[in-house]
Amino acid sequence: MRARNAEKRKKDFKEVALGLTEKEAVREAKRCLQCKKPMCVTGCPVEIDIPAFISAIREKDFKRGIEVIRRYNMLPAVCGRVCPQENQCQGKCVLGKKNAPVAIGALERFAADFEAKKGVPKKPEKPKLNRRSVAVIGSGPAGLTAAAVLAKTGYKVTVFEALHEAGGVLTYGIPEFRLPRKIIEREIDFVTSLGVEIKLNWVVGKIQTIDDLLKEGYDAVFIGVGAGSPRFMEIPGENLNNVYFASEYLTRVNLMKAGSFPKYDTPVKRGKRVAVVGAGNVAMDAARTAVRLGAEKVYIVYRRTSAEMPARLEEVEHAKEEGVEILFLSSPKEIIGDKHGHVSAVRCDAMRMCEPDESGRRRPECSGNEFILEVDQVIMAIGQTANPLLTRSVKKLRLWGAGYIEVDEEGATNIPGIFAGGDIATGAATVISAMGAGKRAARAIDSYIKNKK
Amino acid sequence: MFRIIKKESVAMHVEEMVIHAPHIAGSAQAGNFIILRIHDTGERIPLTIADSDCDAGTITILFQKAGKTTEELASLKEGDSIRDIAGPLGHPTPLKRCGRAVLVGGGIGSATLFPILKALKKKRNRVTVILGARTSDLLVWEHKFGEIADKMWLVTDDGTSGKKGFVTDALNEVVENEKVDIVIAVGPIRMMQAVAELTRFHDIPAIVSLNPIMVEGTGMCGACRVSVGGKTKFACVDGPEFDAHEVDFEEIARRLAFYKREEMESLHKYRTSCKGRCRGK
Repeated sequence: MRARNAEKRKKDFKEVALGLTEKEAVREAKRCLQCKKPMCVTGCPVEIDIPAFISAIREKDFKRGIEVIRRYNMLPAVCGRVCPQENQCQGKCVLGKKNAPVAIGALERFAADFEAKKGVPKKPEKPKLNRRSVAVIGSGPAGLTAAAVLAKTGYKVTVFEALHEAGGVLTYGIPEFRLPRKIIEREIDFVTSLGVEIKLNWVVGKIQTIDDLLKEGYDAVFIGVGAGSPRFMEIPGENLNNVYFASEYLTRVNLMKAGSFPKYDTPVKRGKRVAVVGAGNVAMDAARTAVRLGAEKVYIVYRRTSAEMPARLEEVEHAKEEGVEILFLSSPKEIIGDKHGHVSAVRCDAMRMCEPDESGRRRPECSGNEFILEVDQVIMAIGQTANPLLTRSVKKLRLWGAGYIEVDEEGATNIPGIFAGGDIATGAATVISAMGAGKRAARAIDSYIKNKK
Repeated sequence: MFRIIKKESVAMHVEEMVIHAPHIAGSAQAGNFIILRIHDTGERIPLTIADSDCDAGTITILFQKAGKTTEELASLKEGDSIRDIAGPLGHPTPLKRCGRAVLVGGGIGSATLFPILKALKKKRNRVTVILGARTSDLLVWEHKFGEIADKMWLVTDDGTSGKKGFVTDALNEVVENEKVDIVIAVGPIRMMQAVAELTRFHDIPAIVSLNPIMVEGTGMCGACRVSVGGKTKFACVDGPEFDAHEVDFEEIARRLAFYKREEMESLHKYRTSCKGRCRGK
């Protein structure tokens, strides 16, 4: 997919990937073999009928294309942009065995953008209300999807969001240059057009408990609060000034618009030499944000090699084009501060990869050498873990690991009427897998409520 | 939107505001706080819930004009609205029948202590309150405290009200003359640090309520992290109250000062501009 010139795009927060033109989209769609047993569908967490929407694009019936997608996916414009397609649909495409797989993600984005541009009337039919109601906690990908599916089925759905804007990680986490705000707004408008009510600034677990919600008359509750607690490395110096967790750094810039300080009241420190620790999408987002805030040098510090990087391929490429330098086999062991308690350097162990262990996995180990990276800002992006604020307030809710909610395949917890999905059940994963979980749970909630009657 | 029901100046640079927020009023407990954002371009700031009225559906906040957001907040009038308020946040103060408690408040710290005093009295504790400020004009709510506390000490640096000196002088006198089971201190960092040292010396359990910089307030961003007992804690969800003897006060003082330059810039821009009067025009 075409992208904006790296030197130009480094200076603003406008979208980097440009999407396909009509001509390009049709040409790409024609590459699809329309397999009888499409493998791509098996790679899609929400099982979009991919050959069907691609065939519509091939026939230039873009309206039908997006209609097919919308039957399966509530947030196509988002998924077309942020899904790790190389590990999902495109990873399974048979063309990919010898050549490039069909650019399914780009085609999905094309169909969604076509809808937005042409303003295809997408007013969904108002579903017949069945006088049952469901509370959804969290307005991220899992919550929005569950809410949309339930509303379409006829439930009265209320979504409770703790922040002052809906969208969860889409809003506070993913930068504008990757996912423009107006796209999220459009997708959220679509969900509210189905009759879903979103209550902002509403902290469930504090204002009322889930028990209270069930007593108030909600027939079921879906928890989709994400894994919003930053993980630390527990190395010396993590609380020095100018060490950020990626979630704070990105929240300041994405949600609070700190890049426009002082027009917006929230500030963010603009590092000159920045080390971002980690190599997932969040790390790439933080590094590229630092570039846009004027950093002279941005490093990604990662303890493994390029083969193990969890970030989307496209983000890694874009980051490199924008001048981000990736230091592989480097593991921070200490953040060093100056006499004022500000970051001045990171001490790293140089690592090497071991031979594969019994499970076949290669692990990094210290090579015995270390080096010092002089930086004035460090951003920790080594993952998120469960946030206990809500789960603490639910008595007897069965948890696993670091506080994730234990659910069955359909998202049911050990407490009847309480369902969960997305990162709070699986640990930090992807937007699309959270959406898949939201969709499955919505179906399970439907049958739970019907059986209860 | 959250409507301002009442606004009143209660001390020099200190405003009291009663805000309509029934769902928060109905669930607020001593020790809880809110995060507010005045308007679309505003920042999120944490403020203690100083009082709440479940029947009227209102919460009361007290704030000192110390920066751009608090100055702008003070410029709002009764009938105006605040864009966003999230809460109640933070752990409630762990309150039980503990015997004799001493509450030590510095300046605006009274806001946090008032609901704690009410709750402690409800549990039939004997409570001594020490309120301090630089000068008498800066004392906050001393009369409201006086009506409920068993014993009341006022302390000012310059002696314009009550005893001349620091709150720790008064606290020292109290703990030397009677057995104290717990001390709860809220105020400037250095004041809380001094109380921590004094109570450690006398071997009295002490709690402080910390006010680090926060962004979202539900444990997601880690902006408010503090070191307590050598472990990193998030003040918004693990606190804001912590064992005074375990808190790294140097670290929190340093982290609080991190955005000083931006705070000055923002305040300067606000004061030299239209002071918000031209908003929306």
